[in-house]
Amino acid sequence: MSRGFRQTMVPAHTWAGLTVGWMLYFIFLTGTAGYFDTEIDRWMRPEIPFAETFPSRAEMLMRAEKRLGDVAPDAHETWIFFPDKRSPFLEVSWENADHVWHEEMLDPETGAPIRVRDTGGGQFLYQLHYRLHYLPPVLAFWLVSACAMFMLVAICTGVIVHKKIFADLFTFRPRKGQRSWLDAHNVLGVTALPFHLMITYSGLVFLMFTTMPVLINAFYGSGPEGQTRFFIDALSRPTDSPPAGVAAQTRPLTEFLSEAERRWGEGSVRYISVENAGDVNAVVEVNRSASGGLGTAETLLFHGATGERRGVVDQPAGANVLRVALLNLHEGLFADTVLRWLYFLSGLAGTAMIATGLHLWTVKRRQKNTSSGTPPAIGLSLVERLNIGTIVGLPVGIAAYFWANRLLPLEMDGRAAWEIHTMFLTWVATFAVAAWRRRDGAWLELSGLAAAAYGLLPVVNAVATDRGLIVSIARGDWVFAAFDLAAVAVGLFFLLLVRAVRRKRLQAATGRISEAAMEAPG
Amino acid sequence: MTPLVPIIRRAADSVWSRVVAAVLGGYGFAVAASWFLASVLAQTAILQVGDSVHTGLLLSFAFYAAAVIRVLAVRSALRAWAELVLATAVLLGLGSLLTTPGGTV
Repeated sequence: MSRGFRQTMVPAHTWAGLTVGWMLYFIFLTGTAGYFDTEIDRWMRPEIPFAETFPSRAEMLMRAEKRLGDVAPDAHETWIFFPDKRSPFLEVSWENADHVWHEEMLDPETGAPIRVRDTGGGQFLYQLHYRLHYLPPVLAFWLVSACAMFMLVAICTGVIVHKKIFADLFTFRPRKGQRSWLDAHNVLGVTALPFHLMITYSGLVFLMFTTMPVLINAFYGSGPEGQTRFFIDALSRPTDSPPAGVAAQTRPLTEFLSEAERRWGEGSVRYISVENAGDVNAVVEVNRSASGGLGTAETLLFHGATGERRGVVDQPAGANVLRVALLNLHEGLFADTVLRWLYFLSGLAGTAMIATGLHLWTVKRRQKNTSSGTPPAIGLSLVERLNIGTIVGLPVGIAAYFWANRLLPLEMDGRAAWEIHTMFLTWVATFAVAAWRRRDGAWLELSGLAAAAYGLLPVVNAVATDRGLIVSIARGDWVFAAFDLAAVAVGLFFLLLVRAVRRKRLQAATGRISEAAMEAPG
Repeated sequence: MTPLVPIIRRAADSVWSRVVAAVLGGYGFAVAASWFLASVLAQTAILQVGDSVHTGLLLSFAFYAAAVIRVLAVRSALRAWAELVLATAVLLGLGSLLTTPGGTV
């Protein structure tokens, strides 16, 4: 690699990272939280009882069907999700003739509906990283894809810029200003490099049917029809079977359950769904709960009226194998607890890599300013403020989301929406603090606020619900306990940040005093 | 109108021109390159049409990244544009010549 080529990549890396760094930080942080979306869902719905063992699928199916019969006798599509370790409740959802979806969580033991609070839960946090909020979905997909493309370029140029990638794995020189920030940026980038590359590229693949439509249309004709024909061709997506309008009794669902359990073993069904219920073209789908690893979990399709097998959706074929594998790698749904934490930590490393990169940009320029004695340029001030408002402000906003979940009145109208508004309003407020306060002051105050917001979250939880940390640990409810403990850990992290900023400030002050003393006439 | 020419020339050779080349030109190149690849895979029957297009889509972002890096590495923005336009035109031309629209459904 020629020296000239490497040199040209330095500004490319800097600017590719800086222009969308704040968006990337947002995408990485919310996406990382998404690895525990189901667990956050549970913490945000404390009404769902803690359970580790469940009745048989057949019993639960009976209860779910009874409930559906009571509340949705005329639904033309119904879904029944069985509980598992991560989601310890029975879930039914249905679509009525007016195309409105409803869903309910049921107690697996009794089949009684659980009245849960209205919340966006962990799903909302997870969806933020590609769906954003307050924006039309397609615009959000394009924005997120564009940011991911910048990220991909930043990763590639970052690798090129490196002279000694292996040595950087073990190099950290703390408390040396710019040098330390660069070391930290390198260590975070290099140790989790495979994850960064994988997550960025697979993220682009997730949205490629939206962002690269030209290619599909060139081969399959323009518009949505062309896309549909491509999907049938390339994804071997089963063709729809519309209702015939002829009534026919759908076979009892237990028949389909037993056939699936004969094939996969007892307790192995994740969901059963019925499409066109009561029609001669009814389709029953039974899905296996065991993860398909990097492929897909098997799904059996039946003719609802006759009980005949219609087909099996199993492993993807052709180029779709690669796509499905990339998507699975991205989502990590197959991961057990240990691997899930590893995913989470890698995501945090990526988030921190972006944050240190953003900060490094300002440290470099600040130092130049200080040594030459010139006042900081507007660009530098702007980036510094945006950094504070994003790096510390976003976590504060997310904490506010959790607080709102515990503190907003349970019967409030639009409660879930207001949890979200609380998060964004708080975030905007942190930007205001970052803009108006002095630089060090803003770092200090917002970090202090973040430390308090996370550190006190277990207290709020213990007061507002009967599922406080001590109760959770005592009954072995590790999802609730881990959430509270993680909140404390995040709080401690921000406390350390407060101490670090304080120490720096003190050093700077003593530096000024000794300088003044030297200059004083003696 | 002579003073206009150097202005345009300077604009075309500026940093911003290079940025536009990388972002928009890079996208165009990615489409062209993956189109060409898909058409070759489909014409030579190495893969079925659906898989060919799918492969092109999956690789398009690698083409995109490569184009961006090339644009940022060459000496001048004008040269970057020249390379980009030429490569995109050739690949797009060949790709569309080799494509039989309509898929295989």
